[in-house]
Amino acid sequence: MDVNAFLDGFGLVTEPQNLLYCLIGVLIGMLIGVLPGLGPAATIAILLPITYSIDPVSAIIMLAGIYYGAQYGGTITSVLLRLPGEASSVVTVFDGFALAKQGKAGTALGIAAIGSFVGATVSILGLTLVAPLIAGWALNFGDPEYAALALLGVLLVATIGNGNKLKAMIAAAFGLLLATIGRDSFSGAERFTFGSLQLTEGIDFVVVAMGLFGVGEILYNLEERHGKPHVPAAVANIWPSRKDLKQSSGAIGRGSVIGFVLGVLPGGGAVMSSLAAYATEKRISKHPERFGRGAIEGVAAPETANNAAATSSFIPLLTLGIPANASMAMLFGALLILGISPGPQLVEERPDLFWGVINSMYIGNLILLVLSIPLVGIFVRILRVRPAILAPITALITILGVYTINNSTFDIFVMIVFGLIGYLMKKVGFEPGPMVLAFVLGSIVEDGVRRSMLIFDGDPTGFFTRPISGTILAAFVLVALWPAAKAMLGRRKAATVAEAPAERDNVDTPTR
Amino acid sequence: MSDERTPSPDQDILAEIQAEVAHELEEERPPAGGPVYQVVGALVALVVGIGGAVLAYGYGLGSLRQPGPGLWPFVVSIAITLMAVALLVVGRGLTDSEKFTRSSVLPAVGLLTFIVLALLMPVIGFEIPSLLLCVVWLRFLGGESWRSTIITAGVTVAAFYFLFLYGLRIPLPHLF
Repeated sequence: MDVNAFLDGFGLVTEPQNLLYCLIGVLIGMLIGVLPGLGPAATIAILLPITYSIDPVSAIIMLAGIYYGAQYGGTITSVLLRLPGEASSVVTVFDGFALAKQGKAGTALGIAAIGSFVGATVSILGLTLVAPLIAGWALNFGDPEYAALALLGVLLVATIGNGNKLKAMIAAAFGLLLATIGRDSFSGAERFTFGSLQLTEGIDFVVVAMGLFGVGEILYNLEERHGKPHVPAAVANIWPSRKDLKQSSGAIGRGSVIGFVLGVLPGGGAVMSSLAAYATEKRISKHPERFGRGAIEGVAAPETANNAAATSSFIPLLTLGIPANASMAMLFGALLILGISPGPQLVEERPDLFWGVINSMYIGNLILLVLSIPLVGIFVRILRVRPAILAPITALITILGVYTINNSTFDIFVMIVFGLIGYLMKKVGFEPGPMVLAFVLGSIVEDGVRRSMLIFDGDPTGFFTRPISGTILAAFVLVALWPAAKAMLGRRKAATVAEAPAERDNVDTPTR
Repeated sequence: MSDERTPSPDQDILAEIQAEVAHELEEERPPAGGPVYQVVGALVALVVGIGGAVLAYGYGLGSLRQPGPGLWPFVVSIAITLMAVALLVVGRGLTDSEKFTRSSVLPAVGLLTFIVLALLMPVIGFEIPSLLLCVVWLRFLGGESWRSTIITAGVTVAAFYFLFLYGLRIPLPHLF
């Protein structure tokens, strides 16, 4: 690791301007985490236009802050209202709300904040050490490796999400198709432009993201989730006792590791790691029956893990140029806007950005710890703000923001169209996340595949004979077929159980 | 829970928690749309897939050695088509859609205000259309009182005016 570059990164972060943007980022993140409705990906999407007008490093520091700040904020609504602000805080609801009912909301929030801070910091340390190594290793990647890796990334995000896998894969494929709109960079031929001059340059990523995530989510929220503000329980005694700390220290330690490891996997991220950490604690506990009835470890573990995972999900983005989830796809897009293509060369070419962003997280998390322990009362009060008041403000930010990118009303209409698509997709059960991610990776995959075909002289088996791309593609096939295999396994299992319960040892044998 | 169904206790806890989480999220959701929604969704995907494939074929597939501009979109479109057919077959019973209800009028009105704003902004500047959007959203979509509507709308538009024109120095079309 280049220690000088690392230290320079710290110098950069402590510049007043960057500190300010870091503070703004984590504040916004915490706010949207607390407020139900917009998630971090949507918020980053809505704020993407700002990257055109401020310094690149500051912009990325701020957008990154929104993402990890949201993980802190989500805890508050889970504990106080039984409403998980973010999907990754859903398991926190079980024990967090139970603790709140027993009058221990403060303890739960305090432990969650400390766990979040520890998890994130452990994960940043890991990131600091591991990221340059991975980047160095990936420098040898050629077009076939990138094509394979990007495809695997798209697939993992599509399949590890919550909803139906087939639908997610269709959405992802649709995103790949969308990315081909415009002039083909190889032959100059126009594709899917239908004679429109504006479409020859392709569709702007920011406009698509703002439409699908921003407008789509705003419209969706308008339909169901406006209404009375929730009145949270009073919070007192935020500083956890020594006993509570001791009781949850193991959970925090394990949560950090689980979160870091799972966060690196594309698509895994915060949601899966919070589940896994909670399950681990319940499994190794001597009194598993306490879980769900107010076990402090049941708050500490998932909250630690989701923050650790949020942090380590920066690794694939900063070292391979592969976004691991929808929010990372937004950051990827933001970097592209700034003329920076994320990838293994980033650490060498833009050490200021690479280390600036990583080191800003140390500071951002420190700010978040302060915000969520001594200042938590303020955020609790924000819960009383009616969603109806915020809705038109976000709507205006979105419309005016998208206009400012190119001073173009055409962009507003494209965004509205994608907003409608995003809204309708949600209504019929398609998640827009995989689509946006595939869209942003689309040209990498296509260019990679086409250049590889030239290298391989038209022989597609070349992808499989190169060791790294071969391995990645083998993983791709495994992941792609896993849902089908699991379904078959489940059916066979059910049949086996029905016919001969004694043969149950066979159920773990994978179906071909 | 019978013994036979628990091959390994480790798996069980995770599955149990996942089910609990799914249940937790379920409570928040409006009623599912039913098979019609699923079929429509799959059919739209099918149309996109077939349409994409036909158009891409027209762009020229080339050969594997010399891929034409249409080859990649063609492959992707075929993949969409195949998956859409699969969805049509297996997806009818899914419950992940949401019924359109009377409250679906709200996003429709919201969408309309977006369009009106986009049409009016180049003509009369952003201030008045923005104010109108705020009023519609606050009073009619959000059910705020007139007092709160007027105050919030006024403050919001004024804040945006100063933020964009003076803070960020971005030239939005403006009347004043």
